Amino acid sequence: MSALMWIVLILIGIAAGGWLLRWAGQKATSNAPVFRDMPYGVAFGYVLGAAILVAGVFFYFKPTVNDAGTAVAGVVFFRWAVQGLLLSMLLAIGFKQFGKYVGTAGTRKLFRSMPLTASFGILIIIIYVIMAVFAPIIAPYGQEEVLASANVIPGGNPAMGGDPAYPLGTDQIGRDVLSRLIYGARNTVGIAFATTVLAFLLGATFGFLAATLGGWLDQFLSRAVDVLMAIPSLIFALLLMTIATVWAAEWGIPLTIFMVVIIAVIDSTRVYRLARAVGQNIVVMDYIEAAKLRGEGLGYLIFKEILPNATAPLLAEFGLRFCFVFLTIAALSFLGVGIQPPLADWGTMVKESASFISFAQFAPTAALPPLLAAGAIALLTVAVNFVVDWMLHKSSGLKE
Amino acid sequence: MSTLLKIRDIRLEGRSDEQWNPIINGVDLTLQKGEVLGLIGESGAGKSTLGLAAMGFTRDGVRISSGTVEFDGIDLVKASAAVKRGLLGKRIAYVAQSAAASFNPAHRIIDQQVEGPVQHGTMKRPEAEETGMELYRKLRLPDPDNIGFRYPHQVSGGQLQRAMTAMAMSCRPDLIIFDEPTTALDVTTQIEVLASIREIVDEYDTAAIYITHDLAVVAQMADQIKVLLKGDEVETADTRTMLAAPTQEYTKSLWAVRSFERPAKPSVIGGAVPVVSVRNVDASYGTVPVLHDVSFDIHEGRTVAVVGESGSGKSTTARCITGLLPPKAGEIAFDGQVLPADYRKRDKGQLRQAQMIYQMADTALNPRMSIGNIIARPVQFYTGLTGKELRARVDSLLDQIELEPSQYFNRLPSELSGGQKQRIGIARALAAEPKFIICDEVTSALDQLVAEGILRLLAKLQDELKLSYMFITHDLATVRAISDEVVVMKDGRVVEQGEKQAMFTPPHHAYTDLLLSSVPEMDPDWLTNLLQERGVDNIGDAAVDKM
Repeated sequence: MSALMWIVLILIGIAAGGWLLRWAGQKATSNAPVFRDMPYGVAFGYVLGAAILVAGVFFYFKPTVNDAGTAVAGVVFFRWAVQGLLLSMLLAIGFKQFGKYVGTAGTRKLFRSMPLTASFGILIIIIYVIMAVFAPIIAPYGQEEVLASANVIPGGNPAMGGDPAYPLGTDQIGRDVLSRLIYGARNTVGIAFATTVLAFLLGATFGFLAATLGGWLDQFLSRAVDVLMAIPSLIFALLLMTIATVWAAEWGIPLTIFMVVIIAVIDSTRVYRLARAVGQNIVVMDYIEAAKLRGEGLGYLIFKEILPNATAPLLAEFGLRFCFVFLTIAALSFLGVGIQPPLADWGTMVKESASFISFAQFAPTAALPPLLAAGAIALLTVAVNFVVDWMLHKSSGLKE
Repeated sequence: MSTLLKIRDIRLEGRSDEQWNPIINGVDLTLQKGEVLGLIGESGAGKSTLGLAAMGFTRDGVRISSGTVEFDGIDLVKASAAVKRGLLGKRIAYVAQSAAASFNPAHRIIDQQVEGPVQHGTMKRPEAEETGMELYRKLRLPDPDNIGFRYPHQVSGGQLQRAMTAMAMSCRPDLIIFDEPTTALDVTTQIEVLASIREIVDEYDTAAIYITHDLAVVAQMADQIKVLLKGDEVETADTRTMLAAPTQEYTKSLWAVRSFERPAKPSVIGGAVPVVSVRNVDASYGTVPVLHDVSFDIHEGRTVAVVGESGSGKSTTARCITGLLPPKAGEIAFDGQVLPADYRKRDKGQLRQAQMIYQMADTALNPRMSIGNIIARPVQFYTGLTGKELRARVDSLLDQIELEPSQYFNRLPSELSGGQKQRIGIARALAAEPKFIICDEVTSALDQLVAEGILRLLAKLQDELKLSYMFITHDLATVRAISDEVVVMKDGRVVEQGEKQAMFTPPHHAYTDLLLSSVPEMDPDWLTNLLQERGVDNIGDAAVDKM
């Protein structure tokens, strides 16, 4: 039978299973509201979920080595993914439990009401910060140090081409991947953070000014931002970076500083739009009118009256914007105009080892180098988004 | 008569602070077919929650913990979703407080009107449209055959509220829950809506639960009244009995509120310089003129009430006085001295003299600032006090508004009740040590008991500090309670002004007369008498339009 037939048959089976589940539930619990009011779609969903779970477990326990003795890459990667997910879940649960019993009354209460995703996000962010701050202490080697053996495969198993001295292997010119990942946290995350802060300083200041003063200033700033936003941001950044390369060489200023400013300006347009929109909702409030009628100056209005009321959406945007800036830097580095070697940077690391991915089919461990750096980027992005989602949810209402 | 709705020992709980807190603690309610029950109480008494529970429905974060809601023999608490779907909208309908917020702005009124009957399969669309138009006619909406084809924003608030009643009526339900349907409306609009609702409920013999905090309104509408206080029933009785002889203390205090009236002060001596004088002011928003030749004086220690419907230019006048909206013509003088038209051109001393108290205390206080800082800021700004002296001044201001300083200094506005927030608004105005305060509908968002407290406080402060008030309101009971002089506005013009005594004794200007006669009275026959006296077409907006 063809694969299509199988899929149709399985779907029909699940459909019947959904109906059966609801019927059996109604009989078994003598019509409890849960089963009585359950729409058919929900019952179908339950059975579909169960079927996917069974398929997953079945796939997970398939042998990783086939009859010919070579690894089955799909199963190996699937196992890694499942193990990673389970580990993350355990870490998150552990961290949440830890937070529930340690710390001040305020943080304990925060942890009790926090979803698991948020505690996972916070844990990951803390780990990254520690890595960035203490990189020289944690990393076994220097980021620029060229070691004896190049192209060591991750895993530390000599039989597979690894070396216990370099648990995550080395790159083409013999630098330790683990050390470079740790230093990469410092470079990539640190620069992204600085860039985001600058973008917010620019965007929020101008946004609030436009919202408070209105009139021609608002028109001028908003149209200028429209123009900047009309150009695709990555292409625009690439273009400006190319120009900046010349200036950097001419004036002796590191290219990284140009990159920070360029990305900050481009990203501040998004912050401007948000700050202006949020600010406009706040300036129409009666307490702003009261302050204006009192004769308060612009500085007081913006910093004392508007800013405290705009922190929640701005903070949430900060998290998101940080991810975008971070990805932009990684992308620029991948394209070769971002953070310059020999500084370790995750984007550059992905670029340098990208070709290894084609070994995935034969030796899953050999394909790891690009995945490690990409994974570090993905993990931080996911973690920050988890935290941001939680903060958005908290600020969107249900406040006591 | 047979029993339609029987609620027995219902308990509702709401979730906050990670636990379930009681909202309604075991209330019974019985409603016969065709009977109207008035449900009254302050905000937070659980009126709306109980009203919704009568439909077997709870808002998010609220649950029915025990008790039964028996509608025509069906227990709605235990009924399945499918059973409830069959009942709600068809046999039980709901009319919300704010029709403007409850209509979907993207669909025409008629589309929303026919949704109920078509969904429930009781009528086909053309038939449902016919019925809708008939209902519009019965509710006396203008141009009933075409009004349905407008969008919600194209009709007025009072018309929308009636359209919503028509929507609830579309399936000829046995029970309608009215949740404060006229609270947001002007008196002249309210009276029309009340008359229409009462008529159609009578005609269709529909039972209703009428939720409101306005006693005079409920007296017109209900056959029996139930008073709630913090989730408990205080008393239930037949409307006439309840109005004539309430048995409980709380009910008596509610009844007594309307009796607050301070004696009018002696007339101003001729030749005295008014604190504020509005002289021949014309103003417009863009090119739309809103004020025409408005003039009046406010003397020291006196209260001038400015009354009129929404849109009559009351608040715009206030904006002209404060300088937020520079007038097109005319001038504002303070102690005889003409002020710059734009507030940005006034100096600190001039700004300080006129302060404002706002209608919505929620938006008038910065939610992220503590009470202490909210009051301290103007003190510091105008007097330059710092440290201990500043704190002492703030404490004395809190004392003046009768809030304990140590307890409230560090709280945030969200931790206060509506009445307390309004008191903070007053303290902030007082902090500038002004001579003149504009009170913009300061009591209209408050419960009657709380509002009375605010009015008494304002009166006390006026006596102590020789303050002058401009009191903007559409509530004539408030005017009677606090004002010395009254200015009546309509369409941006002053139609009548004078001493309070003179204003409340006939003969009146026709518009003043209409305003006065539209204020519901506690007499349950008031609306009936008024309708007989004037005829249905001579009340409310219809009468205003004829002027």
